[in-house]
Amino acid sequence: MIHTYHLLGRYVLLDIASGAVCELDRDAFDLVNTITPPMSDEPRENLTPRQREAWDELYELQEQGLLFAPEMGMPELHSAPLKALCLHISHDCNLRCGYCFAATGDFGTGRRSVMSPQTASDAIDFLLSRCQNRINLEIDFFGGEPLLGWDTVKHTIEYARAKAPEKNFRFTLTTNGLLLNDDISAYVNREIDNVVLSLDGREKVNDALRKTMKGQGSYAHVLPKYKALLTGRDRDYFIRGTYTSKNLDFVKDIEHLSRMGFESLSLEPVVLAEENPLAIKECHLPQLCVQYEQLCEKMLSSERQYSFFHFEVDLEQGPCFHKRVRGCGAGHEYAAVTPEGDVFPCHRFAGMEDYKMGSVSDKTFSPEISDLFRGFDVFSMPDCKSCWAKYYCGGGCVASNLTVNGNLLQSDAVGCALERKRLECAILLKIARFDDRHN
Amino acid sequence: MVAMKHIKVISGAALKKSIREGGCGACQTSCQSACKTSCTVGNQKCENPRQSKKSLPLAK
Repeated sequence: MIHTYHLLGRYVLLDIASGAVCELDRDAFDLVNTITPPMSDEPRENLTPRQREAWDELYELQEQGLLFAPEMGMPELHSAPLKALCLHISHDCNLRCGYCFAATGDFGTGRRSVMSPQTASDAIDFLLSRCQNRINLEIDFFGGEPLLGWDTVKHTIEYARAKAPEKNFRFTLTTNGLLLNDDISAYVNREIDNVVLSLDGREKVNDALRKTMKGQGSYAHVLPKYKALLTGRDRDYFIRGTYTSKNLDFVKDIEHLSRMGFESLSLEPVVLAEENPLAIKECHLPQLCVQYEQLCEKMLSSERQYSFFHFEVDLEQGPCFHKRVRGCGAGHEYAAVTPEGDVFPCHRFAGMEDYKMGSVSDKTFSPEISDLFRGFDVFSMPDCKSCWAKYYCGGGCVASNLTVNGNLLQSDAVGCALERKRLECAILLKIARFDDRHN
Repeated sequence: MVAMKHIKVISGAALKKSIREGGCGACQTSCQSACKTSCTVGNQKCENPRQSKKSLPLAK
């Protein structure tokens, strides 16, 4: 399978099975789209001299295994033990965001709660009992708002390191920032590997949906706290926002965040059922695709350097084929733990009793749900089989599929279309920057 | 990079090569959910020490 596209004046060829990426001129681009493989070394009749040259070069690519490479099929997958936990430190939140998938913090359970230090210790023990020989283990402090249980966050880090010094724990904190202060920021910068700071962009955009419990906008509260935290930080971070149908001109929000001095940015489409007025729908796609193209152009021309998470792609040393056929580790490599200690396949399933896998508190675990999720891959997802982007996206998010379609295996078509567009832009940026480095 | 007149090879058969020694599982988990900043596996790093010593990335 190949995928070709023309974007910002460049002609791009992706060979899906081999992973090869080429830039073509117009002759080769027009020609490759008319070829039915396998190619013969003898050029087709009625080609112009330039097309004959292009034929010879395309044939050479084919012979090198870089064009029309055969599909490799499902690899033999080794055991995939648990290696990451999303700890729902709090099922409560001090914001009332209009698009919250967690029902403003309690995940629809009706109970607002904070994880106890004992439950956090139990969760670490649960991970250590299941991680086999994995060295790199991840803990994500999530919520609700995890700073509502700050003592539990600190306890978890200290307990994990003391219990298993031979493991490489990597901690991530995802926060809305309201409770950040100098002491917490200093600890975060010293002890936590990655911090995800939520902010949607322009003040009016952010404040339309990210409101305090009193109905006030949160922008003015958190912006100075983020700037203060990042002043003392030399480790990974993201300023992470959500765009909705209300800010389809979201590139202005990315530019705003860049002007505020932030350099590591992520702005992602909201995932909501179509009937929600904030949902991104199929009718929005043309405008959003133009936005991604504009962002691509701006990043190439802007003097302000920043990274946009969805335009980061590693063409040479990215994940292996095994990883790419099963991108989502939910339910087997990754699980979420609620404040009560219940275990779910991932944070998006928290509170859905049908998907409860066990409890870290009473040390129960039933493998049926884990086995179900382990079976999801790009070959078992019907919409992925014929998609050129499958080895870049890894099959997408089954929780999004459930939200949008009510079915774990039916892909979120709008989300997939946006993913494909982002990938085209990401690869184009790589090509353009490759030229900058080699010319 | 393979230089040709009509084609510029930006990246070779990295995916095909990875099938031989991949699957060690040392890498980060890759949440695909939009509510976490971790979508797509394509932007993740391989953390297999044997793989990472083999070649430097062509493009940044």
